[in-house]
Formats: sequence, C-alpha cells, structure tokens
Amino acid sequence: MTAVSEPTSESELAAAVAEARAARMPLSVEGRGTKATLGRPAQAAATLSTAKLSGITLHEPAELVIGAKSGTPLAEVEAALADKGQMLAFEPLDYRPLLGSSGAPTVGGVVAGNLSGPRRISAGACRDSLIGVRFVNGRGEMIKNGGRVMKNVTGLDLVKLMAGSWGTLGVMSEVIFKVLPVPERTATLVLHGLDDARAVAALSAGLGSPFEVTGAAHLPAGIDRIPTTLMRIEGFAPSITYRSAQLKTLLKPFGSADLLEGASAAEVWRKVRDAAFLVEPRDRAVWRVSVAPSKAAAAVARIRSTLDIRHFYDWGGGLVWIAAPASGDAGSAAIREGLAGTGGYATLMRAPAEIRATVDVFQPLSAPLMTITSGIKASLDPDRLFNPGRMYAGI
Amino acid sequence: MGIAFPAPDESILARRDFIIAGLARLLPPGGLVTSEDERRAFETDAFTAYRRVPLAVCLPSTTEQTAAVMRFCYENGVKVVPRGAGTSLAGGAIPQEDAVVIGVSKMNRVLDVNFGDRTIRVEAGITNLGISAAVMDESFFYAPDPSSQLACTIAGNIAMNSGGAHCLKYGVTTNNVLGVKMVTVDGTVVEIGGDALDAPGYDLLGLVVGSEGQLGIVTEATVRILRAAEGARPVLFGFDTSEQAGAAVAAIIGAGIIPVAMEFMDKPAIEICEAFAHAGYPLDVEALLIIEVEGSDAEMDFTLGRIVEIAKRHGVKTVKESKSAMETAAIWKGRKSAFGATGRVADYICMDGTIPTGRLPEVLRRIDEIVKGYGLRVANVFHAGDGNLHPLVLYNVNDPDEAHKAEEAGNDILRLCVEVGGCLTGEHGVGVEKRDLMNVQFDRVDLDQQMRVRGVFDRGWLLNPAKVFPLDHRITA
Repeated sequence: MTAVSEPTSESELAAAVAEARAARMPLSVEGRGTKATLGRPAQAAATLSTAKLSGITLHEPAELVIGAKSGTPLAEVEAALADKGQMLAFEPLDYRPLLGSSGAPTVGGVVAGNLSGPRRISAGACRDSLIGVRFVNGRGEMIKNGGRVMKNVTGLDLVKLMAGSWGTLGVMSEVIFKVLPVPERTATLVLHGLDDARAVAALSAGLGSPFEVTGAAHLPAGIDRIPTTLMRIEGFAPSITYRSAQLKTLLKPFGSADLLEGASAAEVWRKVRDAAFLVEPRDRAVWRVSVAPSKAAAAVARIRSTLDIRHFYDWGGGLVWIAAPASGDAGSAAIREGLAGTGGYATLMRAPAEIRATVDVFQPLSAPLMTITSGIKASLDPDRLFNPGRMYAGI
Repeated sequence: MGIAFPAPDESILARRDFIIAGLARLLPPGGLVTSEDERRAFETDAFTAYRRVPLAVCLPSTTEQTAAVMRFCYENGVKVVPRGAGTSLAGGAIPQEDAVVIGVSKMNRVLDVNFGDRTIRVEAGITNLGISAAVMDESFFYAPDPSSQLACTIAGNIAMNSGGAHCLKYGVTTNNVLGVKMVTVDGTVVEIGGDALDAPGYDLLGLVVGSEGQLGIVTEATVRILRAAEGARPVLFGFDTSEQAGAAVAAIIGAGIIPVAMEFMDKPAIEICEAFAHAGYPLDVEALLIIEVEGSDAEMDFTLGRIVEIAKRHGVKTVKESKSAMETAAIWKGRKSAFGATGRVADYICMDGTIPTGRLPEVLRRIDEIVKGYGLRVANVFHAGDGNLHPLVLYNVNDPDEAHKAEEAGNDILRLCVEVGGCLTGEHGVGVEKRDLMNVQFDRVDLDQQMRVRGVFDRGWLLNPAKVFPLDHRITA
C-alpha cells in the first residue's frame, strides 16, 4: 500500500508536488481512481489524489460556463447543470462498468482522459468544451491557462495539452467548461439489418444531411440480435418532428427507419457511450479505435480475419470499440496491422495488468512526434514525477 | 509608437548576400523576393501602424521547399517570420529586418475531398473561403468565418486560431481542424493528427493551433466540412439601450436557444456600417443585435418566434427580418465589413478582448469613459453570445499624439477585459500588438511554462520571435 496524499487546496497540492520533487518520488496522480487500471501499470511510490479538491467554483448559466475544482464528482457538476437545463455537451463517458470500478468519477479525471461520448461528432470532444484549467506542474508551480470565456486565443493553448494527458503533465486543480442547453426533445432513428459498410454509409448520409445528427452508432449482429443502426437528433419539439420525417425519407435506400424516443432511447445511447455492450464477458480485452469512418468497416474486416472479436461503432463509424481475447498480446498486433495505412489508431482500454505491462497500451508514435512528446513532458514535468510510464515508456 | 522591435542582428544583415544566394538555390524562379520594392509589399500586415522590411521573402511551392528553406535558415541562425495572406490585425505577420519571411500563399491547392467523412485536405495557403468554395456544390462549407475570409489563408487561421461570427454554434478553428503537416524549425516535416476525430498521444494539434507561427509552419491541413443548413435568416433587433440588448442575449441563451450568430453593434458602428452597406439597419436605436437562425423555413419561424418574444420582454424597439437572400447578404455585408467601413471614416485600431457576457453593460460604459478620457471616439461591434468585443478606437493616423492616445486607450480597454475576468484576445491573436500586455493576464510562472513548451519546438527563438511573449523576459527551458 502506497502513501496517499489528499491536499485540500491548490497551494497544498503545490506543496505536495514540491515535496515529492525534493524527494524524487514519482507520484500516481488520480482523482478517485475509477480509471486506475487504464494505461500502462504506473511506476509510482506514492499517490497524489485530488479527491479533496472539490466543489463548483463558478456557474453562470447565461454565459454557458461552469467551473469546478478537479476532484469534484462529475455527477455533482452534471446535477448543477441539469438544474438549469444545461449539460456538458461532450457527453462524458463512464468507464466504471467496463473497468469494474466503483466510486465517483471526477471532472479532473474526465479531462485527463478527454472522455468524449456520442455527441463528439456534433458538439466536439471534452477538449473542445474545456476552456480553462489550473494545474500544478512538475516544478510545483501553480499554472493557469485559458479562462472562463469561451473565445480566448491568448498565449499557447495548454488547455488542450492537459486534456487527454492522463495526468502525466500536471496535476489539475480546477477545470472550466463551456456548456450547452439540454435539448427540448430527442429522437432516434433506427435501421435494421445493415452490414458494417452499409451502416457506415447510412450514418454518413445522415451526418451529411442538414438535419444535425448528434449521435450515430452501429451495433452489428453479435451486439444486438440483428444489426441495428442508430441516428439521434436533438432540438426543439417541432424541429424533431420535421427532421425525423426528413431523415426517414433520406434514409429510404437503407431501409425503413423506426423512431425511438424516451427512456429506452436514452438507455441505448448510454450503452453506446459507455461501451456497455462489451462489459461482458469480463475476461475479454477491450480496445478503442479511432479511424476515418470510410475506412472503418474494411479495417474491422481485416482484423476479424485474424482475431475473434466483437465490436460496435460510434461517431458515425469513426470510433470502433473492439473486444478481443485477453491472451497473448490481447490482439494488439492484429488490430494495429488491420489499421495500417488507414491513419487510424488503437488504445487498449481494458486488459489484465500483465498484458498492459507488455503491449503498447497507447498507440506508438512516429519518431519525430515521440521526440516532441518527450520534450513536452520534460517542459512540464522535468523530473518525471507524474504517472511515469502510464502512457509511454520514458514519458 | 509604443511597441518595440528587437534591434536587427548586424551579423545577419552583413551576410545578406550569402543568405540570399543560399535561398535562391532552394527555390524555383519566382519563389524568392529580394528587391527592396517587392519586399516592401511584405513589410506589414493589417496592423499597419508598424512596418519592418524583411531581409528576403520566400514563397515556396511545396512542403519540401519549405523544409529546405527552414533547414537553411536554422543552420545559419536566420530568423523566420511565417506569413499567410498578411491579414493579421495583431501584427502576427509583421517581419523584422534580419528575418526571412516564408509565405505559404503559393501552396493553395485542394488535395482531397471526402464528403462521406466530411473532411477536406488542403494546402495551407488556400483561402478560408476557398475551402468552402471547393465544397459548396455539395452544399457543404468550412465553418469558421473570420471577416477577412475572402483573403486570409487556412495557415493563418491555424496560426491564430481564428474565429468568426458563426462560432457560437460551430466553434473556432481549433474545433474544426483534424490534422496538419508542419515543418519544424530545423526542417523536419511532421504529421500531427490526420483524418480521424482524434489522435494518439498528447493533443499536439490543439497546441499548434493558435501558436502564432512560433512552433512551425503548417503547409497542409485536414479540416472538417459541414453540410449547410437548409436555410439561414438574420434578424435585426434594435434597442434603446445596450443594457436591454445585453439582457436579451442572456435571456435567449437562458431559454435554451443557441442562435448560429448573435452580433452586437452600438450606434456609432450602426451608422458607419449602414452608410457603407445600406443594409437597412435601424438608425434610431442605441444598440443593434443581428441574430441569425438556421433550418427549414418553419423551423426558423418557430425559433425566431421564441426569440422575438424574449426580445419584446426586454423592450426591443424594432424587429426586422431578412425577407430575401439579397437582404441577408446586405445584413452580413454590413457586419463583416465593419472594420473596412470604419476605415472609410477614420483610422482605427481594433481591439479583440473577451469578457464574461454578464459584465457587458458595465464594460461598454467603461470603454466609453476610457476612450472619451483620451478625447477619442469608439465604435463597438462584437460577438454578443460569447463576449468577444471589437471596440474600434477611432483616431487620425497623421497625428502622432492621437495615435499614441489610441494605443493607450486600447491597452486600457484590454486591461479592463482582463480585470472583469476575460482575456486580451478572443480571436485575433497576441502578435506584437498585445505582446507587452501578456503580463496583465498571466503571471510570470504562466508565461514561463508557455515559453518552456514553446522551447520544445524552437529553442533558439528563430520562429516569429518578436511576437507573443514580452521581450524583456525570455526563457527556452
């Protein structure tokens, strides 16, 4: 059991980092640890937790902005927003079912993982909603970047750098998001029986229409009983009536679309968001693949030809979730060979520690990008205190 | 005038012939500009108060030529100032005497369009509007729309993270770029991102966008294209006070409506723009909102109905809907040419601070006080939904005292923006214009951290070095 430090203020956080630096003690940086099994097994002597940096610091509904200390439970932020009819537009996903973890995910953890759900295709990723951060760097300095206004190009954008850095560049103390109103009405069009390539074509047709599709997923046979293709639209009630009819007509070449609304539709989008279809069986490894939609189905077919997988698509085909046997390299070579030449890449989201210690959990980078990545790490965390090795060896 | 440039490096100036001969070997005929007359065309950008004639101007036709020029400059310790179309309002492309300008304007081809994936790959010298033009036959467009979109390049948009009038709904450049090919200071060509919605490792793309030409020169970009809405309709709302207009904006957002654009003009701006564009702007009001909605006719009727209802609750005096494509074009022409139209009546400097929208009435009042305090006039146009202000401080460029006062008034306005919780620049960039105010928004440790990250890409301060960071304190690691 390693020592756990839980600072209650940003200055205490900075002091804890300075102390660790003086002692050259690598830190496992976490919120409430709900994604602790994601990444390469860390090589840390102690844990630095943001769990006690909690509370909403700013909420201006009329300005579409909310800020919170990094250890604030995501649920608390979402509840405060819901109270004003607003939401985090990027639909943060919840890894607890997939990773079998418990506890309350924090907003800092959401940012550290750049966790972005189905609405990423229309409203952007977590990094696009994130407009400000405060963090402590590896020198123990308290740094701010961005701010509380949604248009801000003042200086280098370190906000983006913090999103998706998995706690390896700094320990966030506060995050600020721009937010959107909750749509008045949501409807989902459902097509049945399409193969992967046709399904992605249908999703592209919907996304390429003027009807503002905000969710576009495909569940092949093996996920659902028969292949199911989902397209979500959101907006004012009369708009949804009009747009669902227009989309139905547009999608005629792909079949006759059913309309799904209410709790059952919300439930299916939650499952898409959280990759809930791949939670069971628990002994399978789970991969997340990002690739241009037009190349997705062919890449999956290549992977299928050598690997026993279950998979489904989000982001109009641009995000593929794959479950593969958690043996050997957990399918790393087959998946990455299948993606070769597509510009896509794969991240291992769930696997036993011994596999995560031996395969590339995060996609290997080209030599010039690795040089830059090492430089970025050194510029923020020169002594490699924060989550050393979690993303890449030596980072 | 108040903004200092570093003294030119005499050892570079002394080697000018050698440097030009070396560059000439790397570029095709027409790719190198050396005569004084022609170099003078590159001495400034849209921040015309400052001018510096560069050592030479390189206009490469390919990424490889760009890389060769960068390598040569790197090996010879020559500073490089990247340039798109030279439309920066912040002086982001102003050269210096001992620097080589590398302009990307000759690299302007569309390389690949993929409507299924909703992406387009272009050479970075293509204009912003050129991208939309390449996909408009299929009713697609590239969303960020800076007012200079007819001329400005995507390379410049990426460097400055440009916004526009419609970014309330569609986001700014950084939200619409998926990948770039970039030449780093030593001539290495790196691919960052690609055609997928995200990329492995750190978000280097997010770092590069808005880095003001200090991390590398972008020669190619993959950006998202969107299917245009079925229709778009701007509506003019005139108010007796800017407080009423500001409250109406807050209430519209509070009602869950995100119009595609919400633009504000005060009376001086209305008069200037109306005289230029004849857009039918009401002249008997103190504040004007241009609110645009999108969708089918019935959808727009519905949304506008709700907006009009809210505006009425806030005492709107006139409501005027566009009734035709021509009227729509005139309404937007008036707004988008606000800077140009202002230039017809006076010289001006254009500020770009952003404020929390809740502070709007107070900030407008204080801007007026600041500018009047210097004996000058101000016209305000801005993006009301996101608080990005563009006060235009009017002055006479031939009067050095007025010019100085205008600069001081502008600086005071930006200090005010920071004081109320906003920032120095919402979409124009820091450039040289706001460089010396960076200490107002950031503490030393904040700027040091940014410079350390910058140093990963350019340890020797060769890339656009006079910009962004105050000259009196510079670090590399």
